[in-house]
Amino acid sequence: MPEKPIPPRPDRSTVRVLLRLRPYVRPVRGRLVTAAVVAVVASCLSLVIPIVLKWLVDGPVTDRDPGGVWLGALYLLLLGIAEAVLFGFRRWLVARPLSSVEARMRADLYGRLQRLPIAFHDRWASGQLLSRGTTDLMLVRMFLAFPLTFLLVNGVTILAGYVLLLSQDRTLGLVLLTPVLPLVVLSNLFERRYGVVARRAQDQVGDLTTVVEESVLGIRIVKGFGRHRSQAKAFRELSGRLRGTELAKARLLAMIWAVITALPELAIGAALVLGTVRVADGNLSAGTLVAFLSTALALRWPVESIGFLLAMSQEAATATERYFEVMDAEEEPDTAEDTHGRRHPDGVRFEGVTFRYPDAPEGTPPVLDGVDLHVRPGETLALVGGTGSGKTTLTALVSRLHEATAGRILLDGEDIALMERDKLRSLVSMAFEEPTLFSASVGENVLMGAEGAGEPELRRALGVAQADGFVDRLPEGTATQVGEQGLSLSGGQRQRLALARAVVGKPRFLVLDDPLSALDVHTEARVEAALREVLRETTALVVAHRPSTVMLADRVALLSRGRIAAVGTHQELLRSNAEYAWLMSGEGDEAR
Amino acid sequence: MTDTTLAKAPRRKPPSGPADPFDRDDLPAPPGATGALLRSLLAPHRARVVIAALILLVREAALQAGPLLVAYAIDRGVPAFRAGDHGPVVAVAVGYLLCAVLSSVLQYAFVRGAARINQDALLDLRGRIFRHSQLLSVDFHERYTSGRLISRSTTDVESLRELLSEGLQELIGVVLSFVSISLVLLWLDRGIGAVAVASFLPLHLLVRLYRRRAGRVYAERSTAIAAVIVKFAETMNGIRPVRAFRRERANDTEFAALNHRHERSNGDALLEMARYVTGSRLVANTAVAGMCLWGAYRVAAGALELGVLAAAVLYMRRLYDPIDRLGMFLNSYESAAASLGKIAGLLAQEPGVPETTAPRELPHRTGAPGREVVFDSVGFAYRTGGEVLPRFDLTIPAGQTVAVVGATGAGKSTLAKLLARFYDPTEGHIRLDGVDLCDLTTPDLRRGIVMVTQEAFLFSGTVAENIAIGRPDATREEVERAAKAIGAHEFITGLPDGYDTDVRKRGGRISAGQRQLVAFARALLADPAVLILDEATSSLDVPGERAVQRAMDTVLAGRTAVVIAHRLSTVEVADRVLVMESGRIVEDGPPSVLVKGDGHYAGLHQAWRDSLVG
Repeated sequence: MPEKPIPPRPDRSTVRVLLRLRPYVRPVRGRLVTAAVVAVVASCLSLVIPIVLKWLVDGPVTDRDPGGVWLGALYLLLLGIAEAVLFGFRRWLVARPLSSVEARMRADLYGRLQRLPIAFHDRWASGQLLSRGTTDLMLVRMFLAFPLTFLLVNGVTILAGYVLLLSQDRTLGLVLLTPVLPLVVLSNLFERRYGVVARRAQDQVGDLTTVVEESVLGIRIVKGFGRHRSQAKAFRELSGRLRGTELAKARLLAMIWAVITALPELAIGAALVLGTVRVADGNLSAGTLVAFLSTALALRWPVESIGFLLAMSQEAATATERYFEVMDAEEEPDTAEDTHGRRHPDGVRFEGVTFRYPDAPEGTPPVLDGVDLHVRPGETLALVGGTGSGKTTLTALVSRLHEATAGRILLDGEDIALMERDKLRSLVSMAFEEPTLFSASVGENVLMGAEGAGEPELRRALGVAQADGFVDRLPEGTATQVGEQGLSLSGGQRQRLALARAVVGKPRFLVLDDPLSALDVHTEARVEAALREVLRETTALVVAHRPSTVMLADRVALLSRGRIAAVGTHQELLRSNAEYAWLMSGEGDEAR
Repeated sequence: MTDTTLAKAPRRKPPSGPADPFDRDDLPAPPGATGALLRSLLAPHRARVVIAALILLVREAALQAGPLLVAYAIDRGVPAFRAGDHGPVVAVAVGYLLCAVLSSVLQYAFVRGAARINQDALLDLRGRIFRHSQLLSVDFHERYTSGRLISRSTTDVESLRELLSEGLQELIGVVLSFVSISLVLLWLDRGIGAVAVASFLPLHLLVRLYRRRAGRVYAERSTAIAAVIVKFAETMNGIRPVRAFRRERANDTEFAALNHRHERSNGDALLEMARYVTGSRLVANTAVAGMCLWGAYRVAAGALELGVLAAAVLYMRRLYDPIDRLGMFLNSYESAAASLGKIAGLLAQEPGVPETTAPRELPHRTGAPGREVVFDSVGFAYRTGGEVLPRFDLTIPAGQTVAVVGATGAGKSTLAKLLARFYDPTEGHIRLDGVDLCDLTTPDLRRGIVMVTQEAFLFSGTVAENIAIGRPDATREEVERAAKAIGAHEFITGLPDGYDTDVRKRGGRISAGQRQLVAFARALLADPAVLILDEATSSLDVPGERAVQRAMDTVLAGRTAVVIAHRLSTVEVADRVLVMESGRIVEDGPPSVLVKGDGHYAGLHQAWRDSLVG
């Protein structure tokens, strides 16, 4: 299961979390503030309209003054037009800025994720990351669009309304003030509980996203074993849990909404009775009572809305929290030093390299435990070892996809830990065990391996990988789209393109992880012949599972129990090392 | 294009605007499918929707009673109180109390009831998308991509959630208050009421205009966010090569373009809403002014009571309160409609291999567990015309191990996929012990035939769970026995939590070779009559390969096996070799015979011998 979320701290303040959005909101704050002011003015207009009505009823209508009636209606019309324009203006003001805030946050998240350590990605299911970049950010945008403005606007409206009410009639106004305190206390309580449930719901959405993604990536297994029913059952359970959480959210919301509806309404009822009695006693004009109640009823919506505005804010706060969980993760520090001049041809040197995964439980032995190895300049060294002996991990250290825990790796005498990663990776070219192609054309995929390389380099690289034949038969040759959103190629074809990508830039250092595994014998032989030419000019580390791949290399190193157990030529090791002989021929099981 | 099996056909991508519905992320849905989908989601909850509407109706009535009580208090309560009759005032007090309590209780009931309808519909929809996508062919998924499917089942479902959670209340509320307030106004005064009803015409026109424009914008937005998700998912899944080839900056740029497209359509949607709000408010406020003028004249002329005008004025404002909410409803409706359209397009895709309606059972077998496989005049072509396998016949007796060799693109994998029923042949029949594969239920088919492919994907969960995919009801002992048989036990027990180790994100910490061993353990556990290995040993080292061979000799002895392998060490142990070229079987015989000839196999064999230890 994916990374378990950190439960929200009980003392976490919604406001403090939301304040973290400041840097993103800052560029659009002018628009947002203007929009808030416009909204306040519009709401005040809504409050003025009842007063005009009161004036209309108490004045011209009672006095039967036609001119006054016309004037009153004109005022109403003007106010109405102003209100409409302001409403639209407010939305126009924020439309583009809010989408830009969402887009900027998403771009930052994406950029950040691209640069977080590989170890981070190992721990986080991509569904959880994806849900942070989509649904969570939508919640944030919605918060900026509504609750942020309207908590303010409705707050001001309620405040102004109360001032109006108190000025119209003090006693009745005070009656309407009584529910405020209990409402504040209850809302606070609600907010806290809602936050916990909202967080759970968002995490469950992330888990669901992961399951959907895996169901596609593993579709062949699901189909091959006829497991779509049990997959669907697992999915159903997970989405059933989400439903339960959502219902718990709804229960909380229903409760607070009911309270927020009932208390003010009761106060209005009390004011109505009291007011009627006072009108009867002659202490209050009927017009004042109508205006007063009209104002009070106009406040009904702003007050009621507080419930879901708080709920939306709470959801936005948890979304923000989830967003910053990723943004707060440490990027790998790049301590670049000027190392020019220190470089001399020395090949690749591993000195006491030890590695354990940063998240490995205490007490587990390190994957690599003091690896000493020297790949001479221009040499090709094959790395051989049992399944899971750490060969792939060792190759990942060379381009610093993982950082060695101890010891150092030198490229031409230069410590890679002191090099800028970008520079390092421009020196070291890799082909991974799993050939990943991106959604781009064949040509683009291959040329990713070298900056500034063009058509001749592309043709040469395709030739080395024996990929020119099938590439030219593709519908649009090297311009054919491949990768997730393109033509799907067979494993062997993908592997050859990945190999072409690794060699296209004539890299100084080449790291190949079992580069020929998916090729048939004929192709393998041809690739090997061509690859030998390339390997002559470069220093290479090649992970090999089989004798045919080992043949590419000048020497072989045997990785066993996290250390280099032996180095020598293929023939030497076959004779002298039982484990090596076993790995290469599968015979002599007693070696294990 | 509705057929998914042609997915693998070569796709041309003209530089100006993609014409392919997959590229445009616009799978066709039959007309009316969107509405039908929404209806079918809500149909099981019809009773609850009605109850919710009734609750809302009563609640609205309780809320609307407020101004009436005000009018009653002023017109009747005040004179009565002056006359010493406290009855009407007490009635007002009690009435208001009741209304307040009632509306709050009903509010509670409604929110909970609506949430239940909403969540059940969403559960249903998520399940349908998931189940349906699992039925669709592998080729479909290769073109549709996981990102789009994620988008369908998250952001698109989310917009339905918004529609149902807020939209239902808004729609019912809007209709109820329009109807009830109009009726009250008509009852209070026919003239004022008539103005109110007349104002609905321009509102209606406005709504129509808005819907047309917003529908387009939202469809675009749904496509745009899906494209963002696809790019996002692709980057995260390929993070290693992204880093190694320093793609970060190039990716930032590409992502920015997709993100910007979404930003634009998002902004467009918000602007459409702004236009609607302005227009509808203008209509509403003009109507209010008109009604006031009309009413005031009538009062001045003595044709209307002052109290009635006071009440009418209060109602007038409230008549148009819901137009903002109507806007919100339309907004979420259009957004949901666009999303449901995309979902309907997905659901309209026909599964490439339909489940049988008249299932037949496999004959019971005594003795060896293998079954006979017969390809009877089988041919396979993509619908676009590309013939992959010309018509052929092939019989594999029960218990035989057949190796299939040949160059990439010779049709080996297609043969395997036909046998595994990833696709159905375009002509002819494939029979397992005389029963057509199309007549088998999925569970029977998978007890009969299991395929292990080159890419050994691990699902989130423990190693044991991953092996148990082969047979979900297997005990731990059985899981371990399968792992031991394939030689995976050793590395699994070396993991931090042994069999209970979480493989985390797609088995990041388990090497490709180890994953293939897990995949084999799965197949052993599934214990099929026919086992297909499609380049399933490519990442294994020599000892791993030997372990697989041993397992096939012992655990899987007597099974029928079809092995596609590049490495001839696997082929050598086969009873029979098929050499394929351009979709045809060009050589067929025992390896020991073929190797002596001068055909393809002899050549391959020689090359392979050369590649071995010199």
